[in-house]
Amino acid sequence: MAERRILNGNAAIAEAIRQINPDVVAAYPITPSTAIVEHIAKFVADGLMTTEFVTPESEHSAMSMCIGSSAAGARVFTATASQGLALMFEMLYIASSLRLPIVAGIANRALSAPINIHGDHSDTMGARDSGWIQIYSENSQEAYDNVIQAFRIGEHKDVSTPVMVTMDGFILSHAVQDMLVEEDEKVKAFVGEREPLYNILDVDHPITVGPIDFTDYYFEHKRSQFVGMENAPKVILEVAEEFKKEFGREYGFFELYKMDDAEVAIILLGSTAGTAKEVVDELREKGKKVGLVKVRVYRPFPAKELADVLTNLKAVAVLDRAASPGAVGGPLFTDIRASLYEYEKRPIIVDYIYGLGGRDIAPKHIAEVYERLEKIAATGERGELIGYINLRE
Amino acid sequence: MAIRARLKDLAALEDKFVSGHGLCPGCGIPLMLRMVLRATEHPIVAVNATGCLEVCSSGFPYTAWKIPWMHSAFENAGATAAGIEAAYKALKRRGKLPGGDKKIKIVAFGGDGGTYDIGLQSLSGAMERGHDIVYICYDNQSYANTGGQRSGATPYGASATTSPAGKKIPGKLQWRKNLTEIMAAHGIYAAQASVSHWKDLFMKAQKALEIDGPAFINVLIPCPTEWKTNPEDGVQLAKIAVDSKVWPLYEVENGKYKINYYPKKEVDVVEWLKPQGRFAHMFKPGNEWMIEEYRKRVNEEWERLVRLTKL
Repeated sequence: MAERRILNGNAAIAEAIRQINPDVVAAYPITPSTAIVEHIAKFVADGLMTTEFVTPESEHSAMSMCIGSSAAGARVFTATASQGLALMFEMLYIASSLRLPIVAGIANRALSAPINIHGDHSDTMGARDSGWIQIYSENSQEAYDNVIQAFRIGEHKDVSTPVMVTMDGFILSHAVQDMLVEEDEKVKAFVGEREPLYNILDVDHPITVGPIDFTDYYFEHKRSQFVGMENAPKVILEVAEEFKKEFGREYGFFELYKMDDAEVAIILLGSTAGTAKEVVDELREKGKKVGLVKVRVYRPFPAKELADVLTNLKAVAVLDRAASPGAVGGPLFTDIRASLYEYEKRPIIVDYIYGLGGRDIAPKHIAEVYERLEKIAATGERGELIGYINLRE
Repeated sequence: MAIRARLKDLAALEDKFVSGHGLCPGCGIPLMLRMVLRATEHPIVAVNATGCLEVCSSGFPYTAWKIPWMHSAFENAGATAAGIEAAYKALKRRGKLPGGDKKIKIVAFGGDGGTYDIGLQSLSGAMERGHDIVYICYDNQSYANTGGQRSGATPYGASATTSPAGKKIPGKLQWRKNLTEIMAAHGIYAAQASVSHWKDLFMKAQKALEIDGPAFINVLIPCPTEWKTNPEDGVQLAKIAVDSKVWPLYEVENGKYKINYYPKKEVDVVEWLKPQGRFAHMFKPGNEWMIEEYRKRVNEEWERLVRLTKL
């Protein structure tokens, strides 16, 4: 039987890893993801996991180790955040281009400077072009469920691409929530065994991994890498379908909340969805036709599927928990706006940057956004394209 | 049974690093590989930091490697090798090794740039954690792959592209980092060898590969391109480096220092410096003090090393 537990996001991800019992975990502690690594260390010390658990001297080496281990056929997990993910930057690209399905648990945290340990999405948004699949979580349950699915998605032979499962630092990583932990055996059976594309330890069939390409091959090799990402959407949905059959919880590229007859909507990533749902409920009680779109899979970006939903609306606000200085809005905004370009009928769209460095976003802030969206819908006048929420200016 | 360090026996063994690579004429790296890759009967998985060897041996769609070989980045050969070793242990324990349960040795190769400088942290971490890997630094004393910039291994006085001998500054004014001792300070087997002394190199590689844990060997590799010498003089120069005490052959095992070769006759550092274009400015009138400084420091280091063997 699945067990009802009170776990924070870090403990939830660590539980999934205990159950999956990967061949290798190589991870470096960093706030706010440290506890993932500590829990795993304790599980190994207590004999609850037989994983080869290694604590490298930096995140760069942690990801380098993951790459070596994964190329050696091992199922591999790591966890990090913020500066740690930034330090891995070089190796993230190498992991994806060597087609190594490493899974990383990320507790989203702001990037320095100023140094700040609290949650925003700057770290994983900085890695959005690294060729990793990115799956965002709203709560501990989703973080747990997403990690379990991540191994199946990344290791699928048509995908063979690393996956980062993210959750908002502190807001999720450190806040306890009521959730279900599935049976060990059921999780193990669901995840199954990894069947690597190649193995550097296969000494009877020696291969050269990571050679140098010149102008004559590099482009073709990069193009062939992208196929993994292109195949991912189908696999993500297949795995979600199987997950639903096995464990009953439903997942897709995104979650639609009260969108059936919605005229205006907010679209965002991560834990703020929980707050926004409360606001939607309140406004719905007042008869307002408002809805919420919570993006779960950010890479590969479900452009067409989102457009199918958004093109029916009058006005949309994107909430970005990361800035992209010099760009036209935050990362989620530019992706969504580009997705709508193909369509004649499309909503008026605005962007808000919010929550940098863990700045609170309260129901009243979200209510104000809906209020503005309704005004835009009524008047057809957009006003400022990009705004900030809860910022002293 | 251990392979005997006899040329006749070694010549009969298959080359695992074969012709077709693009290393420069006179480069000492293949000589080093010929010894190291023969030094164990167990299969080797090689890891390579970005650098001369990596670039010249793996240009797609060709490879000079007849054994599994992996390159991921510049500063992380230690960590990449450690990752393969961790997977090896896990898969062995779980009965999931491809080709069954066999002993495999993991050997990382890095140049001096990838080892003394940018890769030192990753190497130190791997050694501290006790992974069963051998790390070989092929020390050609500069960033030779990118055209001869100064590294932490570049000798005092040498003119490199980022420490050029100019009108005001006469080349590199810092002494090279003592990497072998830094690695010995990790409490591991650490040795210094030279391609000129093949038997010594072979036996050190053999010892390192037999150890069930981390080991490090720093091998002097002549680089005619960046040392500005004739390609055919490389091995002879490496020999002079050893005889002049510029590059002593020694090993540190269980904390005990041992000099493996005491030069029989005095060879002055000038014999090492003179044939190399990178030191040419040291022989210009007014720069005699550089040669003096070089000689003084080499002698001091040798005396210190001798004292360490007596501890």
